[in-house]
Amino acid sequence: MCARLATKRFLEIRQILLQSPQPSRSLSTALNYHIDSPDNSPDTPWEFSAGNKGRVKEILSHYPSNYKQSAIIPLLDLAQQQHGGWLPVSAMNAVAKVVQVAPIRIYEVATFYSMFNRTKVGKYHLLVCGTTPCMIRGSREIEEALLKHLGVKRNEVTKDGLFSVGEMECMGCCVNAPMITVADYSKGSEGYTYNYYEDITPKRVVEIVEMLRRGEAPPVGTQNPKRIRSGPEGGNTTLLSEPKPPPCRDLDA
Amino acid sequence: MTRCIQCTRCVRFASEVAGVQDLGMLGRGSGEEIGTYVEKLMTSELSGNVIDICPVGALTSKPFAFKARNWELKGTETIDVTDAVGSNIRIDSRGLEVMRIIPRLNEDINEEWISDKTRFCYDGLKRQRLNDPMIRGPDGRFKSVSWRDALAIVAEVALQVKPEEIVGVAGRLSDAESMIALKDFLNRMGSNNVWCEGNGVRPNADLRSGYLLNSSISGLEKADVFLLVGTQPRIEAPMVNARIHKTVRANHAEVGYIGPPTDFNYNCKNLGTGPQTLLEIAEGRHPFCSALLAAKNPAIIVGAGLFERKDKDSILSVVNSIAKLGNVVRPDWNGLNFLLLHAAQAASLDLGLVPESDNSIESAKFLYLMGADDVELDELPSDAFVVYQGHHGDRSVYRANVILPASAFSEKEGTYENTEGCSQQTLPAVPTVGDARDDWKIIRALSEVAGVCLPYDNLSGIRSRISVVAPNLLRVDEREPALIHTDLKPDCQQKLSTEPFSSAVDNFYMTDSITRASKIMAQCSASLLSKK
Repeated sequence: MCARLATKRFLEIRQILLQSPQPSRSLSTALNYHIDSPDNSPDTPWEFSAGNKGRVKEILSHYPSNYKQSAIIPLLDLAQQQHGGWLPVSAMNAVAKVVQVAPIRIYEVATFYSMFNRTKVGKYHLLVCGTTPCMIRGSREIEEALLKHLGVKRNEVTKDGLFSVGEMECMGCCVNAPMITVADYSKGSEGYTYNYYEDITPKRVVEIVEMLRRGEAPPVGTQNPKRIRSGPEGGNTTLLSEPKPPPCRDLDA
Repeated sequence: MTRCIQCTRCVRFASEVAGVQDLGMLGRGSGEEIGTYVEKLMTSELSGNVIDICPVGALTSKPFAFKARNWELKGTETIDVTDAVGSNIRIDSRGLEVMRIIPRLNEDINEEWISDKTRFCYDGLKRQRLNDPMIRGPDGRFKSVSWRDALAIVAEVALQVKPEEIVGVAGRLSDAESMIALKDFLNRMGSNNVWCEGNGVRPNADLRSGYLLNSSISGLEKADVFLLVGTQPRIEAPMVNARIHKTVRANHAEVGYIGPPTDFNYNCKNLGTGPQTLLEIAEGRHPFCSALLAAKNPAIIVGAGLFERKDKDSILSVVNSIAKLGNVVRPDWNGLNFLLLHAAQAASLDLGLVPESDNSIESAKFLYLMGADDVELDELPSDAFVVYQGHHGDRSVYRANVILPASAFSEKEGTYENTEGCSQQTLPAVPTVGDARDDWKIIRALSEVAGVCLPYDNLSGIRSRISVVAPNLLRVDEREPALIHTDLKPDCQQKLSTEPFSSAVDNFYMTDSITRASKIMAQCSASLLSKK
């Protein structure tokens, strides 16, 4: 009897596990290989803009001249900012030329880091933190609200090209979970910002998106008006007095 | 790619040994993959070696995959003849068929690699083969005949013409045994117009240092400056090129190149395209001179393609003066090298296959082609009688009057000397096809029919004959360095032409009758060479 019940229960659990859809674990925005498209092919010329050429030089000056490849990541970042938030294959080739390595060495780096987008993203790329503390505090609902409001799937760009939503792993502000990051590529590499919006709710995140759409700058950091940065809601509840100096023996005595 | 364990040996091989940065590790974590990211082929002449180094069999040989099981194969340790390097290989055969070719370790020659041409040319051994002796009838069609009839006709014609009108040419795949038999036979017929293709007119066969890679292949690793004169080692001898690449990587050796534009897989300065640049270096006017003079062990590599040029002697004397200038030839280091193109070349010069007359083809009435498919036959008189002895129905067969089928390198025991002067022997891996015979046996039989019987009946007999002419050929697997150096050569007054050097090999994948018959090699040339 007991065994039969246990078997039944086991089968039920198994059924539930089989039914639950496996969430996509693809964190990067593209495949591991390149597919030619009109806006992304090795034949399209790509160059650092005149203003960024100076920054390229500045970045290269941080490293010894025989270790130019150390500049791959900062240069890819700069190229991504310049190109509206994503890296076409020709931009990677341009970086390869600057640091004098074979293009495949750049592709290896660009495919390794999920922060390098190899497909188009919106002018505002919204990244929802999906790691445990944020997840417990409701990051899935935040993402759902975003996707529903914008009418897109994850890693898809809205029709007006303004927004795209992605997932990111721990952004390191768990005390203010849940949170999103907005990478703002609307003003090129000069006006590029990368801001955290913390303590958000599904309602607040839609408000933030609408403010961005209107060109306003929502206040960064915690969105809970009762908190100051990562401090407790409603002010401190402990450590209220002036901190005492550390004990020290009287040296004059 | 399901078997791949991401050990990156192929990635490292591609960038460190083959010198092509095409492969990389893409993605991360469980999504990691080996790939090229953009769609392209791995354009290396050593790409087949990734099959051997892949520990799990994720990369396999496409022509061999699912064709045979390992335990069905018989391995025969032999050597490769598709270029002058003489890479050590193992031919795996099943029954009558060569199933695959894989490298054998020889640190002095090919290390543990072989070129793609060596590895994949074996399907050429099954196609276009000559099975039976054949005679061209009056209607221009070939008819199979018996050996007796074929030899009788050849001997009859050979005895009718004047001795000086008899010409013999050894092909690029000939072994030493057959070449000495050919020379002995023609000498007994009264002619001394015998040579090996690729050696050019009036080859320098007097001093071995004048045609060998004197530093030895492994010795190239000691060099710190290379000057490549009219040679493109990447397509002429990929294993030598791998050695240069290794040296460039290890001690940042400087490489200068004179010749037509070509691909290098290491840093290489293109100094010029013709003899003028060579002259500038010899006179100390070229900026490369400073590198040459500062070098401890400079190495000059002269391509055998230059042997075919009219101003060959003057080019070689300029090279000699560069060697003197840079102190390239010293008692402790000989950096003046010649890179040969074909497996038969070194042995043919050792055996003295040097024609008496410069333009014997024009006056030939009886032409004996022993596997020679790349001889210019335009000048040949139309009434000349051409005998083609070989294993493939290739270019020369179109002009032949009689065909005598011979066995290929995988089917006979033969001695080959490689470009550095190391003699090695092939062993028969599979039986030969049809009624074919070993080259030297055919000539021996023919000599008897012609009434000038050669005095050897077996391999040891012919080898004792070789020991009289070139004893070094019998010291197998031993490199015999040249002892006397080129200083003894008289100065040459020939005029240096301004014509730039041309490339000796147009298509790396198709250089001889076996590779030209190979379907895989044809596919390689179609897909790899069109990209360039």
